[in-house]
Amino acid sequence: MDLIDFIIICIKVVLVFAATMLAVMGMIYAERRISAFIQNRLGPNRVGPKGLFQPLADGLKFLMKEDIIPTAVNKPLYLLAPAMLLIPALMTFAVIPFGSSLTLFGRQISLQVANINIGVLYILALTSVGVYGIVLAGWSSNSKYPLLGGLRSSAQLISYELSMGLAIVAIVLMTGSLRLNDIVSSQQGHLFSWYVFKQPLAFLIFLIAVYAETNRLPFDLAEAEQELVGGYHTEYSSMKFAMFFMAEYANMITAAAFTVTLFFGGWDIPFVDEAAMGNWGALLSGIAFILKTAFFLFLYIWVRWTFPRFRYDQLMNLGWKVMLPLALLNIFITGGILTIIS
Amino acid sequence: MTLSLLFYIISTLTIGSALLVVLNRNAVYSAVLLVFTFFNLSILYLLLEAYFLAVLEIIIYAGAIMVLFLFVIMLFNVGKEQVLPKIMSFQRAVSLFLLVIFFTGVSLFTIQGVQDLHQPAGSASIGNVTAIGEALFSKYLFPFEIASILLLVALIGTVYLAKRKI
Repeated sequence: MDLIDFIIICIKVVLVFAATMLAVMGMIYAERRISAFIQNRLGPNRVGPKGLFQPLADGLKFLMKEDIIPTAVNKPLYLLAPAMLLIPALMTFAVIPFGSSLTLFGRQISLQVANINIGVLYILALTSVGVYGIVLAGWSSNSKYPLLGGLRSSAQLISYELSMGLAIVAIVLMTGSLRLNDIVSSQQGHLFSWYVFKQPLAFLIFLIAVYAETNRLPFDLAEAEQELVGGYHTEYSSMKFAMFFMAEYANMITAAAFTVTLFFGGWDIPFVDEAAMGNWGALLSGIAFILKTAFFLFLYIWVRWTFPRFRYDQLMNLGWKVMLPLALLNIFITGGILTIIS
Repeated sequence: MTLSLLFYIISTLTIGSALLVVLNRNAVYSAVLLVFTFFNLSILYLLLEAYFLAVLEIIIYAGAIMVLFLFVIMLFNVGKEQVLPKIMSFQRAVSLFLLVIFFTGVSLFTIQGVQDLHQPAGSASIGNVTAIGEALFSKYLFPFEIASILLLVALIGTVYLAKRKI
């Protein structure tokens, strides 16, 4: 690896980080506007054209607010918890390929930060680590509601992680690789080579599990406002609260991108050979990836205002008694069919 | 060169945080520090090019086992440590003796010239998914299945203990 490669990697890291933060801001704006649209309201439309600068105003407000640390909290862990949630959330995107490869000055640049051979496991590892931020935030606040929220959230994360992992196993069985690039390239060609058509059950399980993993409605029991005030971040204010917020949105964006990569061909445009089109192909594939991801982000908001929240026992029953057996069944069926074919 | 430097930094951090796990008075801090130790260990695996093991370290130990530990510690709300009633002089003597033996062994190995501790051992494919999968399902199939039965027994035992009336 020479200096130029190193510089390219640095540029990609900064680019992906900036894009994620920008997407977080866009997502906050979209969430508020689309929620308002669904509820027949106007939503924020005063700051900037069409209210586009609203996230900036929100961010500024978070920075200016007084940062209150309650006296009874466990200070080191209380301060550490938001970072423990935000860092894995921002790290996860590194392995997701967001386009085919560019060729600049005779150098091939793949549009992905890290092309590692265990990409799928990397994402699973980081999502499982994200639990710590939530648990510790709930516990260190030294207050009833955050603790309840933290416990709920972590129990939910652990339960749904299993189904999510098992749904992915079916995809890995079909691809024979844990590298996300291989998963994308095995879905190229025509539309029906996307895994959503080959693995509809796995897709359904994965999608539901992802909503539970990101603490979104109808699974947002960790911060059920009517029962728990605000959940694990009740005692947090100012920028620390904003960090929880950003982590949540960053997780949603990564989850949407991961769904696209696994089931919707990643950056693939059906019936189009991106590699033959050179740099324009790379650009188009990048745009296709962004559009697909944006659709899944929109789906988050749409689902939020469509389904009511689950009760806690319903959530656990669904996770352990319905999704887990179905995911196992799916693996057996996939394995059986693959054995017969080969 | 850079890798060697990284190795020394990470191993210092690993040992330091592992020591703090034991020396700390607060059980929750110990748990968090243990998670930190696991992360450092997984970086050491990465330096050995055993990517699969590195990720497993995080998924299994940091992501699953330690979360449950933390749960238990938090819910029991372990407060002030209970002071042991009498100083266990016998145990102390034995532990000191074992400590001396352990460190003598370690330093003997170090002196004997295992200098490139952080280098990948033999082929680079040792820590890979394919290599580990093949080893598990061919050479080590029997122990692997035994381990799964052991886990199943533990699982059934837990359910039995927790729910006597099913």
